Amino acid sequence: MKRVDLIFEKVECREILSKALEMKPEEIVQAVLDSGLKGRGGAGFPTGLKWKFTAAEKEPVKYIICNADEGEPGTFKDRQILDEVPEKVFCGMALASKAIGSKEGYIYLRGEYNFLVPMLQEKLENFHALMKELGHEFFIHLRLGSGAYICGEESALFESIEGKRGEPRNKPPYPTSKGLFDKPTSINNVETLVYTVMILRYGANRFVEMGTKDSRGSKVFSVSGDTPRAGIYELELGMSVAEFVEGFGDGDTKAVQVGGAAGFCVPRKRFDDTIIGFEGVPTGGSMKLFNSSRSMYNVIHNYLDFFEEESCGQCTPCRVGCQQLLEGIEAVKRGEKTSKYLDELVKLAATMKIASKCGLGQSVGNAFSSIVENFKEEIIY
Amino acid sequence: MITEKEFVKELANKHGRTRESLMPILQDIVSEKRSLSEDMMVDVARELDISAADVFGTATFYSFLDTKPRGKYVIRICKTISCSMKGKIEILHTLEDILKIKVGETTADRKFSLLETNCIGWCHKAPAMLINDTPYTELTTEKVTEIIQEYIKK
Repeated sequence: MKRVDLIFEKVECREILSKALEMKPEEIVQAVLDSGLKGRGGAGFPTGLKWKFTAAEKEPVKYIICNADEGEPGTFKDRQILDEVPEKVFCGMALASKAIGSKEGYIYLRGEYNFLVPMLQEKLENFHALMKELGHEFFIHLRLGSGAYICGEESALFESIEGKRGEPRNKPPYPTSKGLFDKPTSINNVETLVYTVMILRYGANRFVEMGTKDSRGSKVFSVSGDTPRAGIYELELGMSVAEFVEGFGDGDTKAVQVGGAAGFCVPRKRFDDTIIGFEGVPTGGSMKLFNSSRSMYNVIHNYLDFFEEESCGQCTPCRVGCQQLLEGIEAVKRGEKTSKYLDELVKLAATMKIASKCGLGQSVGNAFSSIVENFKEEIIY
Repeated sequence: MITEKEFVKELANKHGRTRESLMPILQDIVSEKRSLSEDMMVDVARELDISAADVFGTATFYSFLDTKPRGKYVIRICKTISCSMKGKIEILHTLEDILKIKVGETTADRKFSLLETNCIGWCHKAPAMLINDTPYTELTTEKVTEIIQEYIKK
């Protein structure tokens, strides 16, 4: 496990920007493509490709959005990044604006982080002055969420900025062609944007040298649960869960939930052969450790309770599926249903994965099936 | 003091009268009044020239855009996994004892509302809560008692 210091490293944004703004848009896109950077919000779409697709659109109006609606249980790194190095986030948005040809950007900050607003507004003023000074036409609006997890889903986020219920749209069309206000939009996570700055600063090679073929570079992890070292750590990608547990466990770790409520539960017997990254278990940063004193029934109950509340209710598989999974495990626990019923529930979760409209409903089954299958006796008894 | 109608009008002047102004307007009302009354939602609809049902439909989608009357200080305790693992329930019981209300209720003097919420992004410093916009972390029963006593004095 190797510590890295790129995200929180203090750099001279003015210098990086004045150099980058001299570059051709294609050169910026190429540097990000060469780095192999994938989105750090969790889904892992290659950032360079996202910028390339948006850049290729002929529309005169395009948007760059910073997704700061960090709502995945167990994730808190974007708050820290915005709190400590907001200039680098704005700087990443300015790079993106140059790369895709956009004059306007939005930061969508979750309402739970309202306390950051006065500071961010002040720093934005300085940033806008810098843009003027560098002769780059680009303005960032700050928009707030109001306690809806689903608004972290990109198309729900667009709806929310447009003043509507945060209900995800059908895809395609994808945001790169029709996003915010139906204009080509590149939407990137807070951490992703900061990495683009560091890639421009140090060159793509610095990034390529770290990590694995499928998971280049480093990543900021939010570590919590049963650990003596809860906090925020930037680590090189490619480590196994076993290595992670060695560094962060309390000596009694029985499972690690990688990727939050929407992620996967890795039981002790799989620690050695599970890689944290896109080739194994992907994560937007959430790493939660459970020791043997924890009831995995309580864990999955808590997650289902979360999803049942946060499902937008638009599509039936997710709305009804979340309710049925929750009622189902309660019924098994009470002994009203036999343990065989859990197999039916796992099938339901698999159906939700196929039939749900967006990532929320599609990923409920990740935690559900990995916990139910690995800790069946804890669910039943 | 300005009327609610005038207040809504001011917010519409500030944020604009297009549909995308709706969220900032509603958020500003909540930040001032702690919740959205039906009358104010109708006023917003009139200012933006959209249907009141649209305003209501949007507002009720978002858990922080309360349409039930709330107290001056809205306490939201995180109930998601980390906080629940680290003793959120004792914090909740302490608050219920001090304020003499249950989750979802508001004190008779309209000073405090006690609510639960999903993950607020302080898992490494659990248990955590928000009072209006301010986060409080690494709560213990003593610490939360002190915090509330300070608010009671305000």
